[in-house]
Formats: sequence, C-alpha cells, structure tokens
Amino acid sequence: MTANPPANSFRNQPDERGHFGQFGGRYVAETLMPLILDLEREYTAAKVDPAFHAEFDDLLEHYVGRPSPLYFAPRITEELRSLAVSQGKPECGAQVWFKRDELNHTGAHKINNCVGQILLAMRMGKTRIIAETGAGQHGVATATVCARFGLPCVIFMGATDVARQAPNVFRMKLLGAEVRPVTAGAATLKDAMNEALRDWVANVHDTFYIIGTAAGPHPYPELVRDFQSVIGKEARAQMLARTGRLPDLLVAAIGGGSNAIGLFHPFLDDASVRMLGVEAAGHGLDKEHAASLAGGRPGILHGNKTYLLQDSDGQITEGHSISAGLDYPGIGPEHAWLRDVGRVDYTSVTDTEALEGFQLLCRTEGIIPALEPSHAIAAVARIAPTMPKDSIVLVNLCGRGDKDIFSVAEHLGVEL
Amino acid sequence: MTRLSSAFVKGPALVTFVTGGDGPTADILDALVAGGADVIELGMPFTDPMADGPAIQQANLRSLGAGTTTADIFAMAAAFRARHPEVPLVLMGYANPMITRGPEWFADQCRQAGVDGVICVDIPPEEDPELGPALRAAGVSLIRLATPTTDAARLPAVLEGSSGFLYYVSVAGITGMQQAAQTSIEEAVTRLKASATIPVAVGFGVRTPEQAAAIAKVADGVVVGSALVDLVGEHGANAAGPVLELTRALANAVHSAR
Repeated sequence: MTANPPANSFRNQPDERGHFGQFGGRYVAETLMPLILDLEREYTAAKVDPAFHAEFDDLLEHYVGRPSPLYFAPRITEELRSLAVSQGKPECGAQVWFKRDELNHTGAHKINNCVGQILLAMRMGKTRIIAETGAGQHGVATATVCARFGLPCVIFMGATDVARQAPNVFRMKLLGAEVRPVTAGAATLKDAMNEALRDWVANVHDTFYIIGTAAGPHPYPELVRDFQSVIGKEARAQMLARTGRLPDLLVAAIGGGSNAIGLFHPFLDDASVRMLGVEAAGHGLDKEHAASLAGGRPGILHGNKTYLLQDSDGQITEGHSISAGLDYPGIGPEHAWLRDVGRVDYTSVTDTEALEGFQLLCRTEGIIPALEPSHAIAAVARIAPTMPKDSIVLVNLCGRGDKDIFSVAEHLGVEL
Repeated sequence: MTRLSSAFVKGPALVTFVTGGDGPTADILDALVAGGADVIELGMPFTDPMADGPAIQQANLRSLGAGTTTADIFAMAAAFRARHPEVPLVLMGYANPMITRGPEWFADQCRQAGVDGVICVDIPPEEDPELGPALRAAGVSLIRLATPTTDAARLPAVLEGSSGFLYYVSVAGITGMQQAAQTSIEEAVTRLKASATIPVAVGFGVRTPEQAAAIAKVADGVVVGSALVDLVGEHGANAAGPVLELTRALANAVHSAR
C-alpha cells in the first residue's frame, strides 16, 4: 500500500520472510503455517488490486468518517509555554497538534485495521471472525465490522479486562458478538491472545483471526501497519496543506504499537521528522510496568520475535498499566527494529503521569482522551516546553476516553 | 542406530508426555518406563502454552507455580539419563525458553543432559535457523510436527532437517481435546510414510488403550499426553501409581496391536 521506497529506505521492511531485521517472522504451530502463507498470498494480491483499495477507501470515508481532522490545540500549547517560562525557557514551547483519530466511528484508530482485515477475510471466503481485545476497543471495532458485513464474531477478552471495561463488553454484545472471558494466567490481553490462537488452530478451515495490533506472525505486522498508515498519510498531507511544512516531532502511545506505526510509517523517510513512541511505565520502570522496550529483551511470543517482558528463563511476565490497552508484555516487531536502528526514540510514562495528561487535555481543549493517548500527552507535556516555539509536535489522539471515565474516577478517588 | 530410532524398530512404540516439574517428576518418569513407554517426552513448562488444551495448560501453571526453572528441567533430564541409560528422552516445549540464552546454549545443555531430541511447537521450518542448526550441530534430533493442514507441497520442508521421528498431530486443534477419526489417521499416516524415511508417531486426543491400539495398527508410534497429565493433576504427589497403571495398559495395547 506504499509507493516504492528507495533501497536505503526505512519503509521497505519486512523482508520476504517477514523479518524486520532480527525481529518479526512466523513463529507459529505447524497447523497455522499453511494458513499464514495463504493470508500472505491473499494480502499480496489485495495490495495491487484497485478494487480492494477502492472498497477500503470508500468504507473509511463513509463508514469510519475519514479523513480525521488535524487539529491545532491552542490552549494546551499556551499552557506548556507557561510551563517553559516557569522553567526559565521563555523562548520555548512547541505548537501542539493532534491527529483526531478518536473521532472515528467506534472512537479509536482500531476500526481502520478492522475494515481492512474483514475485507481480506471475505476475499479468502472465511465465514467466522475471532479477535482478542484488551481495553475492548479492538473488540468493539471487530464486532462493528462483523455486524456491518453480517459475519459471526467471537471476542476473547481476559476476565480481568471484562470486569474493568464493562461498557465495551456491553457494546460488543449489542453489536452481536459473543464475548468469551479468558481466565488463564493474569486474565488480560496476552491470555486473550493465547485463547484466540487456540480457537484459530481448531477452526482453521472457516475462521479469520483479526489481530488488533501490528504484531503476531507475518504478514500481520505488515498488513496492520499498512491499514493504519492512513493515519500518517492523511496527517502528512494535512500538515503540509495547513502549514506548508512537516512536523518536527511525532508522538504516539505504544502497547502493541499499531497507532504509532500507522502515524510514523509514512514519515520514516522524512529525515527532519523525529518520532517518539511512549510506552506504559505503569507503577514505574523499577516496579510493575508494560514497557517492553525499556524493560524487556528479544524473545518469541505470539508468532513473532520482538522485545518481551520476561524472566531469565524466558518465561513471560505480566505487563501492568492503568490502561488496559497498553498492558501487553510485547511490542510490534517493527518498533523493535526501529528502536534498534535508531530511527525512532522511545520513552515511557507512568500511570500517574498519564492521569495528569488525561486531565490536562480535558481541561485545556475540551477533549476527553482515552488513557492510551494520555500517555502520549504526558510525554508531550514533558518535551514541548523544551522545544522552540516555532516547532511543531504532532500527537496521535488514537482514542476517546468515554470507556475510561469509570477507572479514571476510581483512580482519582471519585465515586460515581 | 540412535537411542531414538531404535525405539521404533521392534514394532509400534508408545510415546508418553508429562510436564516437567508437575508432581513428583522423577517418580512419574520411572513409572512411565516401568509401564513400558518406549519414548519419554518431558514437557518444559511455559507461561503461554498456546497450542495446549486445559489439561496441559494447568500442568504448566502448576509446574511454574512450584518454581520450576530451565535448570531444574535439565537436572531432571540428566538424572533420568543416569537411571535409564537406554530409554530415549525428548524435550517438548515452546521457543522462548529454548532460545532465551541462545540456541547453542540450549543445544549444549541437551547434549550434556543426554536428551535425544527436541520438539518445539512454535518454530516451523520457515524459522529453522532459530534452533535447528544448533541442535543438529550438537547431535540432538529436531522432531517436527506435521498436521492435517500440512499438504504435500509443505511436507518436504517439514521433513528437511528433522530426525528421530515425525510427530503427526492428528487433529487441527489443541492438545487433549477430541480425537481424529480413525480413517483420517490411516489416510494421513499412509501419505506421510510415503515421503518420510523416519518413523511416524501419531498424537493429540489419544486417551485410551483402545484408541492407542487402533492407531498402532498403522503408525510407528502413538503419543499420549493429556490423559497422563490429567492423572498427575488429580493425584499430585501420589501420581506415580496411577500413571504406571495407565501406561502399562497403553503399552500392552500398542505393543500387541500388530
């Protein structure tokens, strides 16, 4: 879905075996391998099929509501400039802009990918859809496209997440999906993914697995990235049209990393554009967290090689974040590669900082963000005051916060 | 002739699986041998056993909950080798614990502990460089899985670089659930044996001596795992007795099938 990049490009990954440098690949049970190869063939054909693109684009425009706006946020910009003044840097305070993917149908970027994958599923003649979900956003997006196309849908969700994301569970059920709580392990996203893989391996003949992030076995990291790249392609064109220049810094939150790679990828060969991925530091990097790059090392899980939170024996440890969408112990393999080659910087933000970012955006811009992009906002609050006033920071506002108001209230000690 | 290949020469072999560190492993392994198992598969516990059904998932959790480490698994293997110099021993598990200190480290530990072969669920032939070369260099067999979805075009890639035996997963699914129809097993084994120069063992969903005997009429080996693991789950510290009893019944059925 991308124009031919030059040979020395950062945009020509993965290789023909699905590897991003040493990361990625196809580490799946033999039962799934032929299916993965089928999917790769079908996606390769779809990529060059104008009819596939036309249908994808049409659905994104008329069903999802794209393009999403590019918004200059004046009051958060001013607030962070005041902060710069108080830090003795009156010449600093970057302009803060948001890519408004929280305005998409279903309230997050997840729907972009689901539209693309369900079109692939139908091309392959699959008649049943499964998906995993953490916060429930990907589950809702999957249930949505299944309702739209009339396909039965089973969503695997950790029992812990079922409890803390009740509104999204109800949404999925309204949309006709069956929600299966998973009680194994810590009963969160990783366990939901295990259970989805178990279902898939037993139903390979008719079932398509819509993976929600840019991870899993090849070709998922590539195709999820390509479907989400609509974010960065739009943002790049919008920014050029509005300001005549490219942004100086892109910022996005990272769990698996699909919203971040979707924003970053179209800019990777723009040397002047710096990029920052923000992992969830949970209670702190020295305590429980979900920052796979900061606190993990390379390993194999869920079909790909990437940075994982694990012990010295390679046992996977549980991620923790206030955001159910970020508490996954791995990260998409392209991010692992981009970090190792040095093209993208990565940082992390604690639960407490994310809650501050959440409230900052509510108060200054009248936008209630999801807890996931609240991590990106918190990182911007740290960095924008150190950048010159004429610089531009573009943040992916990848989800809205309606789903999170109950858990935020709880953390702030407010009884609803 | 290796320990592993000689297990299949005198007729159909019984291959038994238990999870290391779940229950009194040394006693359980001795019970498998005493009961007549021809090949022992020792499961390496993993936090995320995504190809396994509830029985083996629970066994993994019990083992890790009891604090089992990779060093413990190799200690169990080495002690088994000392007690049973002639019985082939295979480690079965998932990629991450096997590669986490480097494949050469893992292969060398296998060699030192007297492990004959390794089954890694989530390294297909496409990702062989991750583990295969290190095992082959250490003289440890890489035992690959073939499944109902492994078509004729893929089979040569599956067989390439594998040795010991070919493990035919008779159902597309997870361990310990339903059993495949006998006719589909017979067709698959015939097809696999036409290409494979190594023995073909059939597993997944085999629980009873009757099922094992039917499969042993056509296959070189029958793998039983979840039924034994269930006994360990039920009887815990006292599992060796019931394991011996079931293994003896399975072994008699398999060995007298032809």
